[in-house]
Amino acid sequence: MITLDINGQKLQTDAEPDTPLLWVLRDHLGMTGSKFGCGKALCGACTVHIDGNATRSCVLPVAAVASSKITTIEAVGQSKVGKAVQDAWIAEDVPQCGYCQSGQIMSATALLATNSKPTDADIDAAMAGNVCRCATYVRIRAAIKRAAGTLTT
Amino acid sequence: MSAVEQDAVIQATRRDVLKGGAVLTVAMWLPTGAVRANEADVSKAGTFVPNAFVRIDQDSTVTVLSKHVEMGQGSYTGLATIVAEELDADWNQIRVEGAPADAKLYNNFAFGPFQGTGGSTAIANSYDQLKQAGATARAMLVTAAANRWGVPANEITIASGVLQHKSGKSARFGELVADASKLPVPTDVKPKDPSAYNRIGKSAPRVDSRAKSTGKAIFTQDFKLPGMLTAVVAHPPRFGGKVKSFDASKAKQIKGVKAVVAFETPARAGVAVVATDFWSAKKGRDALSIEWDESNAFKQSSDEMLKEYRELTRQPGDIAKQEGDVEQAFASAARTFEATYEFPYLAHAAMEPMNCVVQIGQSSCEIWNGEQFQTADQMAVAKLLGISPKDVKINQLYAGGSFGRRANPLSDYVVETAAIAKAMGTTDPVKLVWTREDDMRAGFYRPMYVHWLKAGVDAQGKIIAWQHRIVGQSITRGTLFASQGKIDATSVEGAQNLPYQIPNLQVELHTTEPKVPVLWWRSVGSTHTAFATECFLDDIARETRQDPYQLRRALLAKHPRHLAVLDLVAEKSGWKKKRAADEIYGLALHESFNSVVGQVAKLKKTPNGPKLVSVVCAVDCGIAVNPNIVAMQMESGIGYGLSAALMGAVTLKEGRVEQGNFDDYPVLRINEMPAVETHIVPSKNKPTGVGEPGTPVIAPALANALAQIDGKPVRVLPLSAQGVKLA
Repeated sequence: MITLDINGQKLQTDAEPDTPLLWVLRDHLGMTGSKFGCGKALCGACTVHIDGNATRSCVLPVAAVASSKITTIEAVGQSKVGKAVQDAWIAEDVPQCGYCQSGQIMSATALLATNSKPTDADIDAAMAGNVCRCATYVRIRAAIKRAAGTLTT
Repeated sequence: MSAVEQDAVIQATRRDVLKGGAVLTVAMWLPTGAVRANEADVSKAGTFVPNAFVRIDQDSTVTVLSKHVEMGQGSYTGLATIVAEELDADWNQIRVEGAPADAKLYNNFAFGPFQGTGGSTAIANSYDQLKQAGATARAMLVTAAANRWGVPANEITIASGVLQHKSGKSARFGELVADASKLPVPTDVKPKDPSAYNRIGKSAPRVDSRAKSTGKAIFTQDFKLPGMLTAVVAHPPRFGGKVKSFDASKAKQIKGVKAVVAFETPARAGVAVVATDFWSAKKGRDALSIEWDESNAFKQSSDEMLKEYRELTRQPGDIAKQEGDVEQAFASAARTFEATYEFPYLAHAAMEPMNCVVQIGQSSCEIWNGEQFQTADQMAVAKLLGISPKDVKINQLYAGGSFGRRANPLSDYVVETAAIAKAMGTTDPVKLVWTREDDMRAGFYRPMYVHWLKAGVDAQGKIIAWQHRIVGQSITRGTLFASQGKIDATSVEGAQNLPYQIPNLQVELHTTEPKVPVLWWRSVGSTHTAFATECFLDDIARETRQDPYQLRRALLAKHPRHLAVLDLVAEKSGWKKKRAADEIYGLALHESFNSVVGQVAKLKKTPNGPKLVSVVCAVDCGIAVNPNIVAMQMESGIGYGLSAALMGAVTLKEGRVEQGNFDDYPVLRINEMPAVETHIVPSKNKPTGVGEPGTPVIAPALANALAQIDGKPVRVLPLSAQGVKLA
């Protein structure tokens, strides 16, 4: 049994220690907001926060995060920044198919938590690891700026 | 909040699919009285269900049943907009649910007696149908109110979901549900004239934004049933390979693995490891030892195929279009030009790798899927299981992209899931999960093509002859969607209907038949024909020192829609204004799916090479039901087309696909996305497609800009294979 700290709750799993956190969340704990896209940390659909840092959960063995604070899309809206990002995503109508957007929102929230006024270059650097095949990038950029605006006023 | 996130997938009484055979019927577009709730059981106790598309609850919630999948293209929002317009409902009372599989109620008129989504038809084929459905529901609510209030129906108005009479009486829809349900369904209701629209033509937010911004939207990947098992598969390393033998002993030792089964479908063979969860199944799959029978497998390399294709461009093909006499015109031309264009195989690479959930019951089967091709999938699964198509029940879920991939005439991944469930021999629900590599290597690509073009101009530079020869695989050959005769319409669309007025025009086709599975890919034939035609036209303009915009204008006198789009994109991009020395504009124009799109790609020269700063896009898509969705689809189409143009290519080495994931099949990322502005041509015509038409225009617009830098035209895609990289 491994005990995890996810979204402020202590949760236990009997998953094998080599199981990536993504699949523990999805298959063992029923939290399906984090998505499987590539399995190699190439697309960012699985992004969660590990101790506040945007991290690809598809290549992260669950045993490695037993002592970390994990936040997923299911609870990111409980933080001020996460809520602002989600509200901005809805206001800008970012999602199309929506499959990558949990990961996009987790990356954007981690960016704004440390950089309240990101430049376009900052946004590129923080978000280039998150693929969107619907190419909603124009609106992702706008939503990040909108969220930044609401957080600094 | 959308209903689908709560997985309110409705139960339907299915009826015979495709009863009446293959006759195309574009009749019956509104189920009338007799059809009501007992036919497609989309009702719920205490609700008002005037037809198969609208359900109104006592709490005034209006549920729109969507016969089309929501895969990102905005169909749920657009379809709901039409119903909300006719009802004058409040946008907040609207929700959308995926309709069940039932080709009689929910066929796509563009496909005949067949339910499915594709060809950018969701809004176009539903427009009249949903106007009628909404108007009928409205008329019944009004009649119920008129009867209750004892006032003439024509004195009742509706605004924001409230029925009102000048006497002061008012009611929300829910209050009238019981009375309206008892009324006969009128058959002569006249929907609104477009001049009376309050909602259509104005932007409204998407119905699915919240669910998709909170992780709550349910995709196939997220769907779970009690006792459900997960299957991960080993596919043959080459197309056409079969399983000779396999050793599952190591796989079976892995904790969680329940079974290892071989399967074979019309699309492919393979071995599946079925386990309690994905990771266990994947470890099991990776532990398999399989000997493949490759006696009939495809072993060619794409480089060799390309050589054969190039050779074929030198031989006459089957005639797809012939006007005038190109040979004679070339002989009299002042100058002639020739060019060859090459296009690789492309993977769809939707964010959600293909997957499906199947549960086999007693002479029935239930499927949960981001379902794009209901009727084909019902038939394929029924055939596999030896049951009736009507006993294949399909539950609609969100699709994490598709771009054509989930609409497969062979139902490849759906029937694969059913074959695995069948081989299990139990009623346990099975979810097939492909890894990214499985998805990318499973075939069904946009075909590889080579085009050869020749044009002749007179002494004034006027184009007098145009010959276009296309070499590549047919997407539709051997399927229900095959063209009559030798010419596959999907291979020549966009070339065969060239809008430019040229007196001598010939389009030819060589259809090749390598055993590489191919499929439609967002904008289908236009993915390559738009590039070849629009780049070649710019070549001629450059060589004859004509302005690309003016050259097109002069050839479009008989195409007012094209002209209007061309003029709009020229105006909005400032085409005629003087540009800075470091600014380069490229123009392209193309019609697909009955919509016309023009784009100007704006490049800026930088020390690191040219940078694609922005794209100005103009579109004529008839009435823009929801301009916000139209703009989103133009942005998306541009990004998707740009990704392929810059870096998309699937290659084969001795039959093996060389790519597998986003490292070796790179896709567009945020730092590579230009700004996009979209302008819609005002129109009173019925809506046409928007999901695909933005896609094919960006590559030629970009290439036409790049060619101006050094005068070297771009003739091979992707650009990365030519060493061209944008800043």
